[in-house]
Amino acid sequence: MSRWLGVSVVLLCTLLALALVGAMLVLPDAPVRLPGEVAQRLGESGVDHAVTAVLLNFRGYDTLLEVAVLLLALLGMLAAGVAPLRPAPFAADPLLVALARTLAPLMVLVAGYLLWAGAFRPGGAFQAGAVLAAAGVLLRLAGFLPAWNAPALHLRVLLAAGFALFLLVAAAGLYFGAMLRYPQPGAGALILAIETGLTLSLGLILAGLFLAGPETPRARGGA
Amino acid sequence: MNAFDMLLALALLLTAWRALAASDLFKGSVLFIVFGLLMAIAWARLTAPDIALAEAAIGAGLTGALLLDAVGHLRVGRRPRAQGSTEDGA
Amino acid sequence: MSIGLFYALVGGLLFALGVGGLILRPHLLSKILAFNILGSGAFLVLVGLGQRDGTPDPVPQAMVLTGIVVAVAATALALALARRLLDLSGDMVLPGEKAADEAEAGDQEAAPGDGPRGGA
Repeated sequence: MSRWLGVSVVLLCTLLALALVGAMLVLPDAPVRLPGEVAQRLGESGVDHAVTAVLLNFRGYDTLLEVAVLLLALLGMLAAGVAPLRPAPFAADPLLVALARTLAPLMVLVAGYLLWAGAFRPGGAFQAGAVLAAAGVLLRLAGFLPAWNAPALHLRVLLAAGFALFLLVAAAGLYFGAMLRYPQPGAGALILAIETGLTLSLGLILAGLFLAGPETPRARGGA
Repeated sequence: MNAFDMLLALALLLTAWRALAASDLFKGSVLFIVFGLLMAIAWARLTAPDIALAEAAIGAGLTGALLLDAVGHLRVGRRPRAQGSTEDGA
Repeated sequence: MSIGLFYALVGGLLFALGVGGLILRPHLLSKILAFNILGSGAFLVLVGLGQRDGTPDPVPQAMVLTGIVVAVAATALALALARRLLDLSGDMVLPGEKAADEAEAGDQEAAPGDGPRGGA
């Protein structure tokens, strides 16, 4: 890239920044007040935490499709056939091993707490899944977990379980009335069930983004 | 908005810029992890604890692990070729 | 200026910074980094503008929460594709940008501090 092209790109980006800042400063107030609306209907949602209510009830449709996107991303990664990263058996730092041994169970505990807390305070399936995935990454780095390029059947079932459960609930709602409209007395229990499935699947999918790959045919072919 | 927010905003912009401008990709990735952690604090300042939790675990942790992994792969993957080519002048 | 608007403005600047990095940096890993910074800027704008009046708004917060998770999935997929490109072409640079930035690639090659992982 020539110098002049670079300078013009920098200039254009500066203009973009100025335009964005200017637009935000003169933006008129929003005609609807979403926080008020959410607070008003929170009682019907089945949970007491507004963000969880939006995620799994008011805007459940977005969340459903978003989980599908995550699953697709992992499938795309597996399909791309990631090449080996490092030789399969590697000697992990003993300190890291000890740390992973201590931390991993605690992280699973924290994930369980976040899942349960999501109903009435900050927390929920996404954060819990993220913590589970972090535990998976830690265990992989310490050498406890094998890498997987072609997940076995039980792993595949678990990867898809959260999405499948969510889809099932959504479809059942379609049969009884409207999609993703939960029955009034059981909304809280249904949301908790969906969140539990999502936590497991999201944890596995997110960990899979890191675990997928390393031991591929090239590594074995070389041995 | 107070002095802390000003400092945090400056730190965010600075780490983002340095992460992009770093010629060493390892350095860039580490700076991006720092950026992710600063973002988590920014979310907390915006009274969005849910996002702060997710950002700390995902934005800083998982993305960082993925990026560092890719940098490691890059170094291992490039070595055989570097011997055969004159590009790097090594 | 409310704290929401302030961080929205910071998000706008981060967005522009990310766009610049995305165009100017030739290495795909840098482009992925830039894409993530650009995304973080967009998230800040979404949440910040949503609570300009000072009251936290759960709707953009929930959207951004899922957005962060999707962003990491997209990053992982992009990194997988970039690695595939590295295996196939020997470099992590898009074909059109290869010739112009050899000097920069040389810098990275010469970078010190090769991790312990590289020695295995």
